[in-house]
Amino acid sequence: MPLDYLANAGTNILFDVATLVLVSLGLSIVFGMMGVINMAHGEFIMIGAFTVVLAVRQGVPLWAAMVAGPVVTGLVGVVTERLLIRRLYGKRIEGTLLATFGLGLILQQGATLLLGSSPEGIATPLGSFSLGRYSIGWYSLVIVAAALALVGLVLLLFLRTRYGLLARATMQNRAMAANLGIDTSRINMLTFGLGSALAGAAGALLAPVVAVVPTMGIPLISSAFITVVLGGPAVVTGTAASAGLLGLVRQVVTLLSTPLLGTAALLVAATVILRLLPGGISGRYRRTTL
Amino acid sequence: MAPLSASGRRAAILATAVLLTTSACAGNAAGKPGDGPIPVASILDLTGPLSIYGTPKSNVAKLAVDDINASGGVLGRKLKLVAYDSQSQTDKNVEYAGQAATKDEAAVVMGGITSASREAMRPALQRTRTLYFYNSLYEGGVCDRNQVITGETASQFLDPLINYAAANLGKKMYVVAADYNYGRISTQWIQKYAAQYGAKVVGTDFVSLDSGDFGAVLNNIQREAPDVVVSVLVGSNHVPFYREFAAKGLGAKIKIVSPSFGLGNEQEILSPAEAKGIVTSYNYYQELDNPANKAFREKYAAAYGAKHAYITDLAVSEWNGWHLWAEAVRKAGSLDRDKVLKVIESGTLSIDSPSGTIKVDGPTHHVTEDITLATVNDKRGFDLLKTFPAQPPQYEKTVCDLVRNPTLNRAFTPA
Repeated sequence: MPLDYLANAGTNILFDVATLVLVSLGLSIVFGMMGVINMAHGEFIMIGAFTVVLAVRQGVPLWAAMVAGPVVTGLVGVVTERLLIRRLYGKRIEGTLLATFGLGLILQQGATLLLGSSPEGIATPLGSFSLGRYSIGWYSLVIVAAALALVGLVLLLFLRTRYGLLARATMQNRAMAANLGIDTSRINMLTFGLGSALAGAAGALLAPVVAVVPTMGIPLISSAFITVVLGGPAVVTGTAASAGLLGLVRQVVTLLSTPLLGTAALLVAATVILRLLPGGISGRYRRTTL
Repeated sequence: MAPLSASGRRAAILATAVLLTTSACAGNAAGKPGDGPIPVASILDLTGPLSIYGTPKSNVAKLAVDDINASGGVLGRKLKLVAYDSQSQTDKNVEYAGQAATKDEAAVVMGGITSASREAMRPALQRTRTLYFYNSLYEGGVCDRNQVITGETASQFLDPLINYAAANLGKKMYVVAADYNYGRISTQWIQKYAAQYGAKVVGTDFVSLDSGDFGAVLNNIQREAPDVVVSVLVGSNHVPFYREFAAKGLGAKIKIVSPSFGLGNEQEILSPAEAKGIVTSYNYYQELDNPANKAFREKYAAAYGAKHAYITDLAVSEWNGWHLWAEAVRKAGSLDRDKVLKVIESGTLSIDSPSGTIKVDGPTHHVTEDITLATVNDKRGFDLLKTFPAQPPQYEKTVCDLVRNPTLNRAFTPA
């Protein structure tokens, strides 16, 4: 195979993996550390993206707007946790599932009423460079770098900060952590806020490459759920490994056949691996691995 | 036109269930005497992914019914619009079609956006003998006496588009299409017209409606290096194609023409730099300069605010459908389906619409209308290039004659 083809295929794979990491990281943290399945995760991604689009429309520079995305979404997450999620802890998991599903519908329809169904978007920045017969957008490399940086930042946050220590303690044994004087209610709020902020970061980073519309979360969310389930209990490294594997399978099959078969291959791969490793990729890691 | 996982089997079962429960009171649709308002129904997707098409269509449908009522209604009675939200689910189209026909006893049902939803609603409304208007451009070829289609068909709007591309943009074409009946059948048409105008389709890719991943498709396009990409992509999930195409700077060498771009206001979602220069061909553009359009746009702005989204061709087809039906009822002097169909088939029914003169072609139950070529400008709108006046539904005329053969009930395709 010619070199330019391989290099171009390589960037396709990296881009797909990075996108999967971005959309699933926040979901994984909220699920793994709190046991909450956030069905409104896709709508949180949408909030992050809309924050960027609206800020840019107000004349804010793109990069500054991209910082605002996770901040705004994180705050929305904190408010959601205080008003909605908090009331459902300790009850059956369907409670949070239904509540967040409803929240997702409300956010989606609210965005439609507020912004219309075809709001003005922003173009992909930075242009492109050529590689033999192919042309590669610089911004796709930004996405790859950003995904790597976010994984690194989240690991640092959990392993090197006081919040991280307390959050890990709460995750491992909530009752014991509370007995030792950890304010687990506050930790829950911060963790949900963090997960939401990561969704917002995904939305902000993807805003210039996807169509920013109220329903934009729907196609993203299904592969995010598969990635999280396949990743298993290690909320960061498991999810990253799972995204790497699924993105690789999907893109290689897509490049060799069609996008439809690529998606089918992703689902088959996930099914087979879960059959062999029911706990997910990180199911046999040390229990405390993040 | 447009998408959605048909879930055909499920829809068919539901349709059967609905029909079994409703066929007992069939045939009464327009028969109700009295002086009260006439119930009429609209079934469009106001929520879910298809709402990007359904919401503007519903806006125009309401405006059209208000307009008909403002001029006195029909037969001295006002219309009462029953509007259903089919929620981007084909089975809901069938369910509400049954309800509109039997519970509401609607004199006419208009709606369905995707070809999948139309095909699901058609049999349901045939069984109750409720007149059905489908107001969306589509791949063409549907021949059904119970139905009137006011949108463009492939032979009306794809022919001039491919002709233009072959003559002005280059002979080497690549087709990227949404993977369902609209995209697949349109691709057959594109291949046919390309051959007719001396161009060659060097590759085709079909993309599922819920996929937004265009990496591989753009690789294929770059490898084949065509002069023209014909995009039959549908829905907001497919918008990233245009984004990535622009981000890779491919627009410098390859031009895009599209029989679907803009129907979901893609030119508003994209930035002008990404969308400028894409060529489309529809019956209606907001920029059309005629008195009916001026009046229509004033009414629309008064109802939905001056800063409304671009009014699409798909939306204006609703205006045309409702006014054609009202005019047919006035001419027939009755709401009775067969009397209205007689006017439809007379070949004399026409209206002066914001999109020009719309004349019903009797034998095919389609319409003859103007088609305009236009290119996306840098103001999130279109610059008009050329208008082809009074384009008949060419292909349908060769296969469908419902006057001679009223029981013909088929969807014809070119291949």
